[in-house]
Amino acid sequence: MKEEIILEVSDLRTSFFDEDFEIKAVDGVSFELPKGKTLGIVGESGSGKSITALSILRLIAKNGKVVGGEILFNGKDLTKLSEREIRDIRGNDISMIFQEPMTSLNPVYTIGKQIYEALKVHQGMDKKEGDKRVVELLELVGIPSPKQRMKQYPHELSGGMRQRVMIAMALACNPKLLIADEPTTALDVTIQAQILDLINDLQEELGMSVIMITHDLGVVAETCDYVAVMYGGQVVEYQEVKELFKNPKHPYTVGLLNSMPRHDVDVDELEPIKGNVPSVRNMPKGCRFAPRCPFATELCVTELPELDRKEDGSEVRCWIYSDRWDGDPEVSVRNEERTT
Amino acid sequence: MVKFIVRRLLQLIPVLLGVTIIVFSLMHLTPGNPAQIIAGESATPETVAQIEKRLGLDEPIPVQFFHFVKDAATFDFGNSWRTSLPVSTELWPKFWVTLELAIYSMIFSIVFGMAAGIISAVRQYSWADVSVMLIALFGLSMPNFWLGLMLMQWFSINLGWFPPTGWGSASQILLPVITLGTSGAAVIARMTRSSMLDVISQDYIRTARAKGLKERVITYRHALKNALIPVVTVIGLQFGGLLAGAVLTESVFSINGMGKLIVDRILARDFPVVQAGILVIAVVFVFINLLVDISYKFLNKRIDMD
Ligand SMILES: Nc1ncnc2c1ncn2[C@@H]1O[C@H](COP(=O)(O)OP(=O)(O)O)[C@@H](O)[C@H]1O
Ligand code: SF4
Ligand SMILES: [Mg+2]
Repeated sequence: MKEEIILEVSDLRTSFFDEDFEIKAVDGVSFELPKGKTLGIVGESGSGKSITALSILRLIAKNGKVVGGEILFNGKDLTKLSEREIRDIRGNDISMIFQEPMTSLNPVYTIGKQIYEALKVHQGMDKKEGDKRVVELLELVGIPSPKQRMKQYPHELSGGMRQRVMIAMALACNPKLLIADEPTTALDVTIQAQILDLINDLQEELGMSVIMITHDLGVVAETCDYVAVMYGGQVVEYQEVKELFKNPKHPYTVGLLNSMPRHDVDVDELEPIKGNVPSVRNMPKGCRFAPRCPFATELCVTELPELDRKEDGSEVRCWIYSDRWDGDPEVSVRNEERTT
Repeated sequence: MVKFIVRRLLQLIPVLLGVTIIVFSLMHLTPGNPAQIIAGESATPETVAQIEKRLGLDEPIPVQFFHFVKDAATFDFGNSWRTSLPVSTELWPKFWVTLELAIYSMIFSIVFGMAAGIISAVRQYSWADVSVMLIALFGLSMPNFWLGLMLMQWFSINLGWFPPTGWGSASQILLPVITLGTSGAAVIARMTRSSMLDVISQDYIRTARAKGLKERVITYRHALKNALIPVVTVIGLQFGGLLAGAVLTESVFSINGMGKLIVDRILARDFPVVQAGILVIAVVFVFINLLVDISYKFLNKRIDMD
């Protein structure tokens, strides 16, 4: 069965220019998102997840630029659209919610007005019609007494409520794709679960496709169908979620899984990945994970592996899976007793 | 809101009482007997004593102060010691001239300052930004009486475009308003620019962009309203300074306003006019600050007024 692909990112590269120095924040990101599914983008802080997401909607800061690659949304390359065309897509076909619910709403306007703005700009709704829809949306995201709430200012709402408002705003024009950039990281644990459930329920109800960005594999396990693992500005592994947990290929993915708290493993048995994330200003020349990888060879240190696509659609960026692998031919990246 | 305004109005009482005490003390500490000055150098001691009695200057200081506070509280300052005209008759025409000068200058500062600041921020580091900031620096570092003299030299004396003195017609108003308004415009431009730049990098601006709004809407609806909050404070502070600057500007352009009146009457020891004049300026100043606080309330619902 061939699934319809709503978003296809190939070899995306986004750089920031600081004086004459080029900071390659995203340097080789590829993934596909089938329609109606959820893709997780997972990786440590600074691995380029947010910049990837912002590149899709072309919301990167002035000193940043997409310098290479394609972003095909329903077959249209978003990197080639005019300012006007991309504006028509933002908040309409593709919406985004952010990591910082406390600061993502404008403090001087009521939440009702801020949601209405999206309805007005994309659907030309008048105030009366808009107000009705705002109430509907607030109800949809589980905000009690929406008629009163819509007249409130952001400071009158808790972090969880504000994130619900952000979600309502994002859903205002029935987007085909919702990008959620660590939507629960800044929230209390109990609220986190509620917000994730809400996004899951809404996805089913509205048939959206979702990109769920997170640094937490637990969230991926719960919410995603596919997952792209990012390291040092690159995708290092792309898999179906079930496969990823059962059969991780990239040594970094294995490291992430081993450091993930699970109910069947005692906390003190967790093995954090040794070493530090490489700095964007000083990326290793070869495989970006080589300084921390227990399997690194001469080849790994000198040459960057390509993101290689297998027949089953999965992708991995590691020399172990290539013909040129110069290490132990019998190597197994997995720690057998840890897999389930 | 009403509660807030009433409370702020009540706070005026101690402020005005303080101003009253300071004005009264300064006048009484200044050397020179007013009665002597009014009577003239050659007057006999009897005449001087008679005048002192008529003006109540022979009474003990606390009693004089009490009378003064009573007058101030009822805004009835009696007659000028110099011209014998009621103080209000002396004051009001001059007050309007000064207020006009201050208000026109303020409008000039706000309009040019904010426009320049917004352009600068939206086009940070462009030639427009650089030139606006250079002009602002220039405007700030120039003492306003000197700017006034330069403008008068070029435009009135050399080019003959504007009358060099007086107040009333549009052509008379322009140069004094530029003189008085330039430094305020410069301060407002710099504040608007830095405040806008700060706001533009906020998360909620990114949200507005992610919604698909036009840059123009983002700048004016989402950024400007937030950026105005610190600008309004600066505008309020400017207005206080403006009243002081007005006095200097009036003397550069020989404008017959409050500044000139108060200076003249201090020299003549015309206590009622001086005291009333300064009190009026204090009241205006405090009211402006109240207006600033109220506009805050409208701009920023986060400030809790109670
Ligand atoms: N405006 C910017 N200017 C320069 N570098 C930036 C900018 N924004 C992000 N970066 C760099 O890009 C890298 C990736 O950032 P980001 O995508 O936010 O990571 P995360 O995976 O935590 O979301 C970071 O190392 C950061 O230093
Ligand atoms: S390419 Fe080499 S260093 Fe990189 S992850 Fe694979 S084995 Fe480790
Ligand atoms: Mg991030």
